[in-house]
Amino acid sequence: MLGRRGVLKFLAGPPFAWLTLFFVLPLVLIAAFSLRAGSGAIGPAESWAPSLEQYSEVLGTPAFVRLLGMSVLMALGIAGLATLFAYPIAYFLTFRAGDRAPLYLTLLLVPFAVSYLLRVMAWKLMLGPEGGINSLLGTLGMTDEPIGLLLYSRPAVIITLVYVWIPFATLPIYAAMQRIDRDHLEAAADLGAGPWSRFWRVTLPLSVPGAAATFFMVFIPTVGEYVTPALVGGTDGIMYGNIIQGFFTRSANWPMGSAMAMIMLVMTLTLVVIGLRIVRPQRLAT
Amino acid sequence: MTTRRVAVGVGRTRVPLGPFYAGMLVLLYVPIAVLFIFSLNAGTTLSFPIESLTLDWYVSVLENSAMLAAARNSFVVGIASATLATAIGCLVAVAVLRFRFRGRGLLLAMAGLPLVVPFVVMGVAFFLLFVAVDVPRSLVTVAIGHSVIAIPYATLIVLARLGGLDPALEDAAMDLGATYPAALRRVVLPLMAPTLLSAWLTCFIVSFDEIALAIFLVGGDPTFPVFLYGQLRFAQRLPVLIAMAVLLMIGTVALTLVALRLRSRSE
Repeated sequence: MLGRRGVLKFLAGPPFAWLTLFFVLPLVLIAAFSLRAGSGAIGPAESWAPSLEQYSEVLGTPAFVRLLGMSVLMALGIAGLATLFAYPIAYFLTFRAGDRAPLYLTLLLVPFAVSYLLRVMAWKLMLGPEGGINSLLGTLGMTDEPIGLLLYSRPAVIITLVYVWIPFATLPIYAAMQRIDRDHLEAAADLGAGPWSRFWRVTLPLSVPGAAATFFMVFIPTVGEYVTPALVGGTDGIMYGNIIQGFFTRSANWPMGSAMAMIMLVMTLTLVVIGLRIVRPQRLAT
Repeated sequence: MTTRRVAVGVGRTRVPLGPFYAGMLVLLYVPIAVLFIFSLNAGTTLSFPIESLTLDWYVSVLENSAMLAAARNSFVVGIASATLATAIGCLVAVAVLRFRFRGRGLLLAMAGLPLVVPFVVMGVAFFLLFVAVDVPRSLVTVAIGHSVIAIPYATLIVLARLGGLDPALEDAAMDLGATYPAALRRVVLPLMAPTLLSAWLTCFIVSFDEIALAIFLVGGDPTFPVFLYGQLRFAQRLPVLIAMAVLLMIGTVALTLVALRLRSRSE
């Protein structure tokens, strides 16, 4: 008969094994590949000596460093905008929507269930030179020739990604706001705080962890984006992720691609740690 | 639901949040409406006024065997990865909440960390792993990859619900003679069933729409998003793709609604 402790290894064992094999090991492998010299598609079994050649080459190439900086800035901007748009929606759902909140939340989430690629395509259909907006304007006699609009540019990538993320971005903020004890707000009101003062001094501070969660849940996938830039960004709108993907497909250069991936990983984790330091969710989670 | 005493009693800001929400909703739905119109449009470019409406694209979906195969592949991968991720998420949640042991923090961190690794990095990492161990890329490798990125979602959803379940229930079952596994199976599992289903559906949806990781992991047999991505270059094929996607969208929306309802009911 199995006791409680005896069960533990059957509970913890499989997750440990699966995650070590398919999460930790792959990351160790890119770390190892990033320390190899040379280029191309290299067989893992060949002998090699660790070197930092790839890192010095990546960091010594201004175009790569600029693109990395630009991708981080874009991701920060996209995450910031998505959070900014999502915050009032979450506030509306929590404090104004009343009994209809579940319905309104559902309406908001339906677009998120539509294939991400197709939502991107929809923008392409509308914004393109032969797209819906141009043809509509032409039909109404408002323009003589198609206007270029925004397609194939960095702003197109930013607009598309903010649009794609808004529904999902609402969720962590909404969850944080729902946990706010209404007694705090009532106490603030009893002590003479007006609506704005209650918002600034009670609701906003208590919803910061949710907003931070939203920010990072948008930032992390966005900083590594390569699919959306390839679809709507054109040559001007590519991101750092496109270069990484290119090194593993079109121009095989696995060691350098690995080094670039490691740089992105380290930077992402650093930003997450800094973010957690600033927000300190554990201080607020009570 | 909590009452809204404050708002009633002492007034609130005049920020027009309702119109803001409505405006966002319109913005979110316009592109989807455009897609829907496009799937019924006889032409292959979107020009107004629409010349004629047709259901032909929906008919040709049924004749496009490559596309149907891709959709089927996505279902298989989604089912396999969601099942794996939910099972692992469950094990992690029970171990972490019901036991104190060395490595407890590490286990929780490992189950949550896939959430903070950009997909392109994870994709490259998996690519190198499967090359290194000489495993050809296929739907199996996609399912493994998707299981890993879905584990954080499954773990968090199960943790949230299991945390609210009194451990005394398991103790009571064991006092009545059940072994610990039997207590888990016959007491905890039934109580957790709606949560598990909701976690499973969430993982399924994560997998079903995922492309950034899948591009690195598919072999010759594409999942639907990868297939779609490859076909988007051909403008004349767009209406059929969109018709198929509209059909899948109806399915995904239904699944999302079920997942939401299950979660709100079990809370």
